[in-house]
Amino acid sequence: MIGNSLIDTTRVRRLGLVAMVSALLVSGCTRPQPGAEFNDPFEEQNRAVHAENVALDRTLFGGGRKDKKPFLPEPVADGLINVAENLGTPSDALNSLLQFRLKPALTNTLRFAINSTLGIGGIFDPASEMGLYAEETDFGETLHVWGAPEGAFLVLPVMGPTTERDLAGTVVDAVIDPLGLLTEAPESTYITGIKLAGKVLKRQKYGDAVDSVIYDSADSYAQMRLIYLQNRHFELGIEADVIDPYEDPYAN
Amino acid sequence: MPTDLTRRSTLGLLSAAAFAAVLPGRALALNTAEARELIERAIGEVNAVISSGKSETQMYAEFERIFERYADTRFIALSALGPAGRTASKADLEAYIKAFKGYIARKYGKRFREFIGGRIEVVDAHPLKSFYEVRSVAHLRGEAPFQVDWHVFEKNGKRLFFNIIIEGVNMLAAERTEIGAMLDRRRGDVGALARDLLRAG
Repeated sequence: MIGNSLIDTTRVRRLGLVAMVSALLVSGCTRPQPGAEFNDPFEEQNRAVHAENVALDRTLFGGGRKDKKPFLPEPVADGLINVAENLGTPSDALNSLLQFRLKPALTNTLRFAINSTLGIGGIFDPASEMGLYAEETDFGETLHVWGAPEGAFLVLPVMGPTTERDLAGTVVDAVIDPLGLLTEAPESTYITGIKLAGKVLKRQKYGDAVDSVIYDSADSYAQMRLIYLQNRHFELGIEADVIDPYEDPYAN
Repeated sequence: MPTDLTRRSTLGLLSAAAFAAVLPGRALALNTAEARELIERAIGEVNAVISSGKSETQMYAEFERIFERYADTRFIALSALGPAGRTASKADLEAYIKAFKGYIARKYGKRFREFIGGRIEVVDAHPLKSFYEVRSVAHLRGEAPFQVDWHVFEKNGKRLFFNIIIEGVNMLAAERTEIGAMLDRRRGDVGALARDLLRAG
């Protein structure tokens, strides 16, 4: 139930535990192999899990077939994705604060206020139309800002690609989510359900782009790993390797 | 007056030296404005195609033409292929480059199709290492704007782009991975790779 703003002692204790667990997880991060392109010491297991995930994806999303019927028609799906993302905004705002990034924290807070009211519970996104775009973040990024190493690349069942640091972040985010702390069952269960549905519908929405990586690549694991890590580094503001055209020995 | 002239030419030399120090190691015939202009023209043509209402097949043909005019597709093909290009026969290599050009136009053309109703806008250009980076922002319907960088160089007197980086994802790096995996599957046979690329993408 929203409204019970008194955070009881069990929750405070739970937060303390989370801080300890995340510190342990991050300090246990696997160090990169010198000279390797990716920090992927669990590649064999990762590839096995990836194959399972692709099989599941094929069952759920049709494996790139054009005649696959969508779960929900596009406008309904878009509304639900918006609701799910709006429910994730308090967590974004909290993480922005934890990263000492005040402007994104303010943007996310304003977005939540505007979209929850004018946007009718987040179905619509009037905040973006005002130029207040989502500043998506997570505890994985917070850990990066605090100086934790990335650790190894991992592929999790169903959830897909991540890193040791991002996995620790996901675990912590599930517990410190302000909405989760302020709600109880059954509301908290509905929130979890909507967020999960949002993920499924996002996979449907970006179907073609995802299909092309998973089903049209010669080595979809290698392709997914490259895309995930490069895009994640971009989000985190980690400087990327630049390909210098004059230094390519094979193309000059 | 001679003193004035000397002072002026000394100043001129000094500023030339300062300018040279700012430039990357290689002498660049290309400048920031020209790199920016190239990408603005390329984007202008991409935007025109995605709003033209042509059929998918027609669009891919148009994208291949745009790629051919504005990108160094030969460089991209050879860079993606890597060391195998050195040992392949000339006929196999040329067949591969030709097939790669169509493949890349189809593959990225499919992605550009998602830009229908949206637009791409150049926001900045600056020197990077031995080349130029032109930064653009893609505005798609119902999405937060995202960053697309174009890497431009000059070769044999022609200005061309050789890499696109979409939200950090590097096209050349992705194609090296993809072509490398395809080649492994065909036990390093560039001729077989060329034949299969005609259908890929």
